[in-house]
Amino acid sequence: MNEQQKRIIRALQAGLPISLEPYKEVAAGIGITEEELLEQIGQWKADGTIRRLGAILRHHDAGYSTNAMGVWNVPDDQVESFGAEASALPQVSHCYQRPRFADFRYNLYTMIHGKTRAECEEVARRISEQNGITEYKLLYTTAEFKKSSPVYFAEKPE
Amino acid sequence: MEKLDAQLLNIIQSEFPVSARPYQSLAKKLEISEDEALDRVRRLAESGIIRRIGPSFDSHKLGHVSILVAAKAPAERLQTVADIVSKFPQVTHNYGRDHEFNLWFTLICRDKDEIVRVLNRITEQAGGIETHTLPSERMFKVKVRFEF
Repeated sequence: MNEQQKRIIRALQAGLPISLEPYKEVAAGIGITEEELLEQIGQWKADGTIRRLGAILRHHDAGYSTNAMGVWNVPDDQVESFGAEASALPQVSHCYQRPRFADFRYNLYTMIHGKTRAECEEVARRISEQNGITEYKLLYTTAEFKKSSPVYFAEKPE
Repeated sequence: MEKLDAQLLNIIQSEFPVSARPYQSLAKKLEISEDEALDRVRRLAESGIIRRIGPSFDSHKLGHVSILVAAKAPAERLQTVADIVSKFPQVTHNYGRDHEFNLWFTLICRDKDEIVRVLNRITEQAGGIETHTLPSERMFKVKVRFEF
């Protein structure tokens, strides 16, 4: 990333102003033209540097008040199909394979969202039945200590 | 929630227009005026439903490294440990969970060395906690989207 690109990232990650011409304002703040900014964003969307440009919502206010981190012990040769099936469900927002550790034998992680615990459990039961994986746990959130958007290229790290 | 607000949220969660007059394109889709589209989004932001409108970057493509950390803290010190963890800017998410590993947080750092440095400082300051770093070996899905 060159300096100008870093400036663009710093400006964008703060969020677009809610105004009729948000890109024009952001561009002016960086000292580039609106066209340059739109072109750079377009390029980043095309090459995947920007995964998504959209509104980020607060789950709680949006009515999805419960989230559970589902952890699953999936045999290595079933990881692929499990990942595909679990990801297909709209209630699953994130699905990752991670290493097992200590006596924690789970290697697949699914973030499950629901309006109630019962809804999360129902989704987990479905995943379990679809894949024949019975060794799993739902870890519910007891406290949300921090939830923030990542800050890239901060001018003063730490 | 009003139907128009729901429709707006469903659209802009996935994709906010990248063009000089984004509210004009939203307005066209919903057959409302540009000013109304802007007003509705502003109200949704003021009421707190919309946290931010902007890009989600692929941290790897920006040359950053992300990791999940599972930590075990004594129950009576969970809040203290969590506060220590949260104050590092590299920590983006930090949750208490109902498990023996009762604190789970994610770090986004410039490189692996920075991850090690931050974790060392956390364990120094928090004292007596067990941590395990869990890099993602495979990503199947990252998509936070809610239907209204």
